[in-house]
Amino acid sequence: MEVSVKTEADFCVVALREQRIDAAVALDFKDTMRQAAQDGDQNIILDLSEVTFIDSSGLGAIVATMKFLAPDRSLILAGMTAPVDRVFKLTRMDSVFAIFPTLGAALSGQHA
Amino acid sequence: MHKQGTMTRSTALSPETSPFPFDIRFNSSKAAVRQALAEVRQELAPLGLDIEELQIVELVLAEALNNIVEHAYAQPVPDDMITICGDHRANGLHFRIVDRGGAMPDGKPPLGNTQPISAEIEDLPEGGFGWFLIRDLAKDVCYRRIGTENRLDLRLAIALDWRE
Repeated sequence: MEVSVKTEADFCVVALREQRIDAAVALDFKDTMRQAAQDGDQNIILDLSEVTFIDSSGLGAIVATMKFLAPDRSLILAGMTAPVDRVFKLTRMDSVFAIFPTLGAALSGQHA
Repeated sequence: MHKQGTMTRSTALSPETSPFPFDIRFNSSKAAVRQALAEVRQELAPLGLDIEELQIVELVLAEALNNIVEHAYAQPVPDDMITICGDHRANGLHFRIVDRGGAMPDGKPPLGNTQPISAEIEDLPEGGFGWFLIRDLAKDVCYRRIGTENRLDLRLAIALDWRE
């Protein structure tokens, strides 16, 4: 799964370069996130601004990533598009993540 | 009673140009589900649905199809095909999904209750959202086991009032 990983303002920022997090790539997503997280101890911002489709398998993979990072590191979500936001809201999983409208807001929000 | 698909259509979709009803057949794999969803989007394109409506159709069908791939075909049957039939009627989009995999446990689909959201991160659910989403977004959900076939019917109350 294609991602770009960089360090910014003490966060590890992982930007997905894919339009879909679905059942076909859910395992790949989890592996990719583990790899992106392995060298470091920063909190992770997942930039989802390019993702336009997520299903329940993709949602489960994001939850699994948060559980894998806990308790020492958190997973922060940024840039959710409307269809992604809808799945989080419908399943009420929006209540368990820190969610920011943009990557910029996530970076500054944490330092406000 | 007219045959489905030859009923009088609105001026926007004449019988000649209407894609309905359509059938899409594909084998049981997650990659094939992705492809099938792309074909459904193409079939629905003439309706000019709002992007939101199209996303909801795709989400509901994705959940139903992924369930079939993961559960009905937990033991793969290479030559079996899954079929989606789509039709457009006055009360929305109707889909019938047929497969020949294993039956639903107890012969009925999950209730799809909301997953309890735990305060403890390690207890958060990673699955079980699929049937909740189907039941939340679709109407007239009906599952039947007929012989060796699973038949799931559902309706999405969108693209209404398309007939004059």
